[in-house]
Amino acid sequence: MRFWISLLVILGLAGIAAGVMKNEYYFFAGYVVLQFVVLATAWNLLGGYAGYVNFGTAAFFGLGAYIAVLLIKAFQAPLLVQILAAAAVGAALGLGVGVLTLRLRGIFFSIATVAVTIIVETVIINWRYVGGATGVQILRPQSTWPFESYIEMLFFVALVLAMVAVIIARYIQTSWIGRGLRAIRDNEEAAECSGVPTLKLKLAACVISGALMSAAGAPLAMYQSFVEPVSAFSLNYSVSALAMPIIGGTSHWIGPVLGAVLLGTVQQVVTVTISSELNVLVVGVLLVVFVVAAPEGIVGLARRIFRK
Amino acid sequence: MVFSLDLLAEAVLFGILVGCFYAAVSIGLSVAFGLLDVPHIAHPAFMVLGAYGTYLLGRYGVDPILSGLLLAPLFFLLGVAMYRFYYETFEKRGTDAGVRGLAFFFGIAFIIEIGLVLAFGVDQRMVEAAYIGKSMSLGEIRIPLRLVVAFGTALLLTFFLSLYLSKTFTGRAIKAVAQDEPALRLMGANPVRIKQWAFGIATAVAAIAGAMLIIVGPVEPAMDRVYIGRTFCVVVLAGLGSMSGTLVAGLILGIAESIVLTMFGASWAPAVAFGLLLLVLGVRPQGLFGR
Repeated sequence: MRFWISLLVILGLAGIAAGVMKNEYYFFAGYVVLQFVVLATAWNLLGGYAGYVNFGTAAFFGLGAYIAVLLIKAFQAPLLVQILAAAAVGAALGLGVGVLTLRLRGIFFSIATVAVTIIVETVIINWRYVGGATGVQILRPQSTWPFESYIEMLFFVALVLAMVAVIIARYIQTSWIGRGLRAIRDNEEAAECSGVPTLKLKLAACVISGALMSAAGAPLAMYQSFVEPVSAFSLNYSVSALAMPIIGGTSHWIGPVLGAVLLGTVQQVVTVTISSELNVLVVGVLLVVFVVAAPEGIVGLARRIFRK
Repeated sequence: MVFSLDLLAEAVLFGILVGCFYAAVSIGLSVAFGLLDVPHIAHPAFMVLGAYGTYLLGRYGVDPILSGLLLAPLFFLLGVAMYRFYYETFEKRGTDAGVRGLAFFFGIAFIIEIGLVLAFGVDQRMVEAAYIGKSMSLGEIRIPLRLVVAFGTALLLTFFLSLYLSKTFTGRAIKAVAQDEPALRLMGANPVRIKQWAFGIATAVAAIAGAMLIIVGPVEPAMDRVYIGRTFCVVVLAGLGSMSGTLVAGLILGIAESIVLTMFGASWAPAVAFGLLLLVLGVRPQGLFGR
């Protein structure tokens, strides 16, 4: 109950903030942070709960963005349709990668996700209709009531997406699915022997995670009003989606959210004040430091402090 | 696209040259991942680091191959330190080493890449040497000499490394560690020290591979991504830890890539290694020469 009330409170606060704030930059920055909340939460479904590391967040994310581009170019489809279609395609890609590699050891799944990123990017680069290597320009439609600007609307879309992702993650964590996934992470053979349907659970996690990642990518086309392959499939998405849950803590749904909000905000600040290369370096260094020194992440650190 | 036999012959020839080069750059990973079972995603990044080291030395007029050999001992120490660290923080504690180990190496690769961007910028870098830029002709086909040099070095490297692993005492010890670690422990040997040594060798080989990388063509910091695909493709296709398999797998990848390059154009080439990798994972995950 507390969970649902706090979701409503956040939504309300965002609404009030939108009414008060006139500077559009905050919506621009907030959108990016929320997009990372979705990506990190989606990554954690498979990486945190089941222990299968996805290096290919960028593949799902970029694919989502390009599904949106395709739908805009072909039918002028509305944003909601773009997001739903992107989620469906992301789910299919997740299923494909899962079927291909989830019977093997975890590392093969990880390498396959790197492979999928490069393959999808190569296909898009060679596909003239969606802009090819040079990218494609997209006209933003007029904003609709009650939003003052389109960017404000995108901010709320990202907020809703982030909430949906968190609700799903929380449900999975507390239900039998989450228990099964944790059993897989701790000892897959033992889980299989105790009657946990390991392959089905892993595939389900893969599909949901892929769908969320692609859905997060779909509004990118409208957000940037310009999409090109190198930035849409940027390695930064893959690294951030992996670093944020690990820094926040992978065992609880709040971990990725914490990691995404903290790291996302730091990234925004560093990008604006110093340079975007340094911002990426910060993510890499923090990732290594946390993996080595605080494997349980911020959530684990907090637990240790409160127990004492 | 006109498809002619001449074109195909040329593509195959280039594929063989490049394929040997791919085998040589993968052989370090074949030791680290194939034999030692360390998920060394950062191996190609070390290679690119070696290439930039070669570039730096090249500015003082050092020959690229010589600088590769000079960098090798340095990289050996780096590799030993890396493995020691990896062992102490992940392998020793056992649980959950998979996710964290992978994340660790991914982070390292990323740090190397961005570090290179900060130090050298995103521009492409190359080296000067007598054999770079010249070419020799074989009948109708002109072959760049730099490819031939890389081909020769690659063959020698692969040959000596497989000889080392099969004939010398330490080489056999490395293979033994891969086959049955508890048994080795029972014989009174220290598997960690052997693995440390092997990882050092794998990293030293990455330095030489990096030198070849910059001989074959200009390098840029983000290059490690494509080579993650190429090296893992070769290692998995070969069957984990098989040295002769690495050569065959490298040739297969080289020829496949070269044919795609001539028939469909350069923009499709990066997908070949990864496509082949997915195919192998789907159809025959134990590889061609896997146990």
